[in-house]
Amino acid sequence: MTSPLLSGYREVPHTADWELQVWAPDLSTLLEQAASGMYHLAGVKLNSYPRLNRRIELSYRDPEMLLIDFLTELVYLVDTEGIAFDEFELNLEGDRLIAELTGAPLASITKEVKAVTYHNLTIRITNRGMEANIVFDV
Amino acid sequence: MIRLQDLQQINTYEWEIPQTYRSDMRVPVRIFATRQLLEEIKGDKSLEQAVNAATLPGLVGQVVVMPDVHQGYGFPIGGVAGTRLPDGVISPGAIGYDINCGVRLLASQIEFEAAKPHLSDLATALDRFCPSGVGKKGHLRLKSAELDRVCREGSRWALRNGYASDADLSRTEENGCLQGADPTKISKRAKDRGRPQLGTLGAGNHFIEIDVVDKVFHTEAANVMGLLEGNLVVMIHCGSRGFGHQICSDYVKDFQSAVRRYNIHLPDRELVCAPLDSPEGQAYLGAMRCAANYAFTNRQVLAHFARKAFEDILPGKVSNWHLHQVYDIAHNMGKIETHQIDGKSIEVCVHRKGATRAFGPGFQGLPPEYRAIGQPVLVPGSMGTASWVLVGTPGSMQRSFGSTCHGAGRTMSRRAAKKSIWGEDLRKELQAQGIHIRAGSMAGLAEEAPQAYKDVDAVVETVAGAGIASKVARLRPVAVIKG
Repeated sequence: MTSPLLSGYREVPHTADWELQVWAPDLSTLLEQAASGMYHLAGVKLNSYPRLNRRIELSYRDPEMLLIDFLTELVYLVDTEGIAFDEFELNLEGDRLIAELTGAPLASITKEVKAVTYHNLTIRITNRGMEANIVFDV
Repeated sequence: MIRLQDLQQINTYEWEIPQTYRSDMRVPVRIFATRQLLEEIKGDKSLEQAVNAATLPGLVGQVVVMPDVHQGYGFPIGGVAGTRLPDGVISPGAIGYDINCGVRLLASQIEFEAAKPHLSDLATALDRFCPSGVGKKGHLRLKSAELDRVCREGSRWALRNGYASDADLSRTEENGCLQGADPTKISKRAKDRGRPQLGTLGAGNHFIEIDVVDKVFHTEAANVMGLLEGNLVVMIHCGSRGFGHQICSDYVKDFQSAVRRYNIHLPDRELVCAPLDSPEGQAYLGAMRCAANYAFTNRQVLAHFARKAFEDILPGKVSNWHLHQVYDIAHNMGKIETHQIDGKSIEVCVHRKGATRAFGPGFQGLPPEYRAIGQPVLVPGSMGTASWVLVGTPGSMQRSFGSTCHGAGRTMSRRAAKKSIWGEDLRKELQAQGIHIRAGSMAGLAEEAPQAYKDVDAVVETVAGAGIASKVARLRPVAVIKG
């Protein structure tokens, strides 16, 4: 597990929607933190069982697009199957992401994420690795 | 950061950011606001986003900013932009994820005093009949072919299936159906999300509200609409649910490549767009119209179940509990319309994001009874404050692509609202004011507190003062149902 000092997320004030700042030493951890941050903002609570597995494969042209696609996939699974994840095994191979996810059905959720936006989205290289600000339409 | 000295004041209600403000602007930005509202608007990034919007290829006239504007993502919420046909662009982000989010108003002859003892039961019944909240499924289960019919037919599907009357359709923007919807341009994922959600309210700032007609300002128009002081009305605010959200997400992704193909350079990736006459632009138009028709149908089905709720509670207690439709209007939509630009009549694609169509008297698309007064405009306020019924004017046709405001407009972030307001305290406060609340989440309720919004009365005074809408009636809430 990555140290919380090296990776994490925090909410940034936004007039109408949500903005999440996410940081991590590498891209796969950044994706994991972004997913955890999104679930946190949505007030996602998971049932203890049954535990569920999903495999997601995404190809991508740039890391920002991958970040959006990955989170959009998670929004879709919340909306259609009522499931979310708390264990992530993410492997980046060339221009592909292979994600093995483990989670459970939602026990409760307080907020609806309509969409993950590209608004001003740039994955920045910083002294702690990578950082991005993501705006969600809610 | 845009400063006051960067703006040119046109009159008490209008300001302009000239095209010379930034070299990549293609048109100026026209802001409808009083000085006080403008100071509030400058508190976030709305104006920077409007300047970014002014870089879209093929823009005509000016980018218009309404007094209820607030920062969004890419295009500001409360913005209007027109692009010329055939080679101007269409931008999914300038319409929004909740395609055809809009408002429906149903009026009644039920006197508030007669209904007052039953308001709590009515609120509970509305909450029971009209599913709301995150991930809630509706009473209907559509098969794929049926969803395609909803996409193509819009409110006509509801009429065929017993959820609507002819009068409902005639009093809906475009009679509840945009022509040119193409279900083959929609992904399986969007259909997966759309099938179980028809007839659901959703969450966030969406609501069903019972209001009282508090004051009439335009007697002739109010009489035509059936709005009588002291009587109850029902307002429904929602959109195209996960169906529209997925369609917009799909096309914002697709258009990331389209802008490269068409050599379009933009200051924000969320503004991605494609020429209206390109295969990509035409595909999005076909898909967006499906979501628009889904949203018209969604509000129609919710109206049907609101009527069922009234039928469940009021027989034997009031003499006439019928709810008749005043109007249904979108505030997130892209429409092909004809407007006068520089003295010439031209076809444009009007992007309205958080802005309401407000066509003036004489518009042929209105039902005959409304042609003399202009198109009804429905402006929901925040919980506990007024909502408004307005009508479009000749001024809106001349100066704002036939558009006006859509609500109060947020001024406080959701996080700040939750930090400073306890949902349960707010519920008690509203209850003490005689407003019955049914909410899925107290945190969600706090986020939508009246303190988080601008003064809707000031917004309406601005559009009325500027002449881009005219006041008909003010509504006062007495019951609010939120997801």
